Amino acid sequence: MNILVCVKQVPDTTEIRIDPEKHTLIRDGVPSIVNPFDGYALECAARIKDKDPSTKITVVSMGPPQAMTALKECLSVGGDKAYLVSGREFGGSDTLATSYILSCAVKKLEELEGKFDIIFCGKQAIDGDTAQVGPEIAEHLGYPQVTYALEAFDEGNGKLKVKKELEDGCEMIAIKTPCVITVTKPSWDPRYPSIKSKMAANRAEIPTIGFADLTGIDPERVGLKGSPTKVKKTFTPPVKSGGIKIQEETGADTANALFKKLVADGIV
Amino acid sequence: MDPKTKDLWVFIETNEDGTAKNVGAELLNPGKDIATKQGGKLVGIVIGYKADAAVKTAVEHGADSVIVVDGPEYQHYTTDAYVTAMYHLVEKFAPTSILIGATNSGRDMGPRLSCRLRTGLTADCTQLAYDEESGNVAWTRPAFGGNLMATILCPNNRPQIGTVRPGVFKRGEADEKRTAEIIKEDFHVAPEDIRTEFLEVIKEAAGDIVDLEGAEIIVSGGRGVGGPEGFKPIKELADVLGGVVGASRAAVDSDWIAHSHQVGQTGKTVGPKLYIACGISGAIQHLAGMSGSKTIIAINKDETAPIFNVADYGVVGDLFEILPVLTAEIKKMKGIN
Ligand SMILES: Cc1cc2nc3c(=O)[nH]c(=O)nc-3n(C[C@H](O)[C@H](O)[C@H](O)COP(=O)(O)OP(=O)(O)OC[C@H]3O[C@@H](n4cnc5c(N)ncnc54)[C@H](O)[C@@H]3O)c2cc1C
Ligand SMILES: Nc1ncnc2c1ncn2[C@@H]1O[C@H](COP(=O)(O)O)[C@@H](O)[C@H]1O
Repeated sequence: MNILVCVKQVPDTTEIRIDPEKHTLIRDGVPSIVNPFDGYALECAARIKDKDPSTKITVVSMGPPQAMTALKECLSVGGDKAYLVSGREFGGSDTLATSYILSCAVKKLEELEGKFDIIFCGKQAIDGDTAQVGPEIAEHLGYPQVTYALEAFDEGNGKLKVKKELEDGCEMIAIKTPCVITVTKPSWDPRYPSIKSKMAANRAEIPTIGFADLTGIDPERVGLKGSPTKVKKTFTPPVKSGGIKIQEETGADTANALFKKLVADGIV
Repeated sequence: MDPKTKDLWVFIETNEDGTAKNVGAELLNPGKDIATKQGGKLVGIVIGYKADAAVKTAVEHGADSVIVVDGPEYQHYTTDAYVTAMYHLVEKFAPTSILIGATNSGRDMGPRLSCRLRTGLTADCTQLAYDEESGNVAWTRPAFGGNLMATILCPNNRPQIGTVRPGVFKRGEADEKRTAEIIKEDFHVAPEDIRTEFLEVIKEAAGDIVDLEGAEIIVSGGRGVGGPEGFKPIKELADVLGGVVGASRAAVDSDWIAHSHQVGQTGKTVGPKLYIACGISGAIQHLAGMSGSKTIIAINKDETAPIFNVADYGVVGDLFEILPVLTAEIKKMKGIN
């Protein structure tokens, strides 16, 4: 199997603070992490490789040069090769433009790494939470897709079985390669790097692919120009107020006070 | 594309038995308002198999007309069949705006459809409005795990599309006397053009199946429940309330409960009428998944726990003392023994 994993570097939402006066997000000094869902996607690929060591895993990220750190992290936990897609032209892209750029990058990467059988994405990136880029890459490339995947199994002969999460259970889907699979949180955790794999990742060369490297890319379809959606405004959600505190001498009293209040307010 | 109409569409997602999922009827309410402001009709779009029940739901909840695509290939959702059919309908009937429920299938279909149409999609909206000034739908959605809200417009492309979180809008009363024009569109997708194949439903252990997104009442347990047995009082309260059990990631990661119960950024996003958080501190990633609940009760020993910032009822105390008494009182009231 020849696998590509798309990863995004995102701010760690645990560390995000809100500016109390301006009501904006303080991003300065907030550490960046590999989008957790992309970590699960990479682990899905690594599990295929565990079973079939001839599998090759390439990792790609579009973003500013800092995203190299995220790519290095991926190289330490299963990635064989990594590429950064970066350029001023790409700034301001919404999901449609981002997925277009990444689909152009896929064609370029295939010249270097061979045709990919599976393109794994995370279900969604935790900064925007849109869950759009994966299916849109599939659409640009004309590939079939499975979203909300928990695990993928190589059945041989270009066939895969994918376990997909539904609202009320799971189902098994058969799909042929090449395809796009977006991965949600499975019950297992991604593997940890070893000291050795970390050191090797740190030494690895990560080539940058710029706008000029993507032959045939339409400049009208990238960046702000290529983005149909525009952010009109952002604001912090109103803080909930009017909550009441219930605390009595004993737990039983507290429970009774709560019960009375809930009945009075028509909640139960 | 150039919209020929000023219509607003609501995608009425169907179940396999031809009935409508809740979210379709929910969206007809805000849809009506925006359609009127746009100066167009409110159209329900039903794709499914033997889906007369879904058509009826759309009519009774206010659709001015309903376009139906019916066929066996639409019984079980597949990306290829649904996106191909939707694309066909959009090309032919040219709406200005489309609302889709942000269910797993809606979020699978939405981005593919918008990409094929080369238009904008705003995912997982929690507020909808019509921006009079520019004549666009103003889509508002949370980002950064609910820390920030963004209002998004799609000014230059049509149709403008959004997926909307289930449970955010209230379903109106059904009016059985309503009638509407039904347009049957005979459109089929060839089997070879459906490139995924449904193999089987995977049976999870009984307790692992839970529909959190569709639930009206959720009782969740966190690290404070202390172990797998700690979920017993949680389950008992959920049962008397007719609700389901949720969990924080800390409880899931400790293997006290199956991952399918996890609420939050890397779990499910829920919007029940009532959310009861027991022994959950209220980390930002947990709040991201449940702060949209209508009423929140938090039970926690630590009165400084951040969960109290979002709670309507902040109950300070030990969940093991409080839950059994509360459950017993509710049982008494409901006459259950
Ligand atoms: C990338 C990322 C994604 C994440 N995604 C999610 C997610 O989707 N969902 C999620 O939930 N978390 C998520 N987390 C984890 C999150 O940051 C918290 O670690 C987690 O939510 C904490 O769970 P908790 O509140 O149960 O545990 P704790 O924070 O340990 O809180 C336990 C609480 O129980 C109270 N307590 C203890 N005993 C009792 C008692 N007897 N009675 C009453 N109260 C009691 C304590 O006072 C405490 O407040 C994510 C983290 C990261 C980094
Ligand atoms: N800039 C990017 N570079 C690489 N992959 C990305 C990028 N943006 C999104 N993706 C992939 O698409 C998935 C969904 O992202 P999103 O649509 O932004 O929620 C992510 O989990 C990544 O796998």
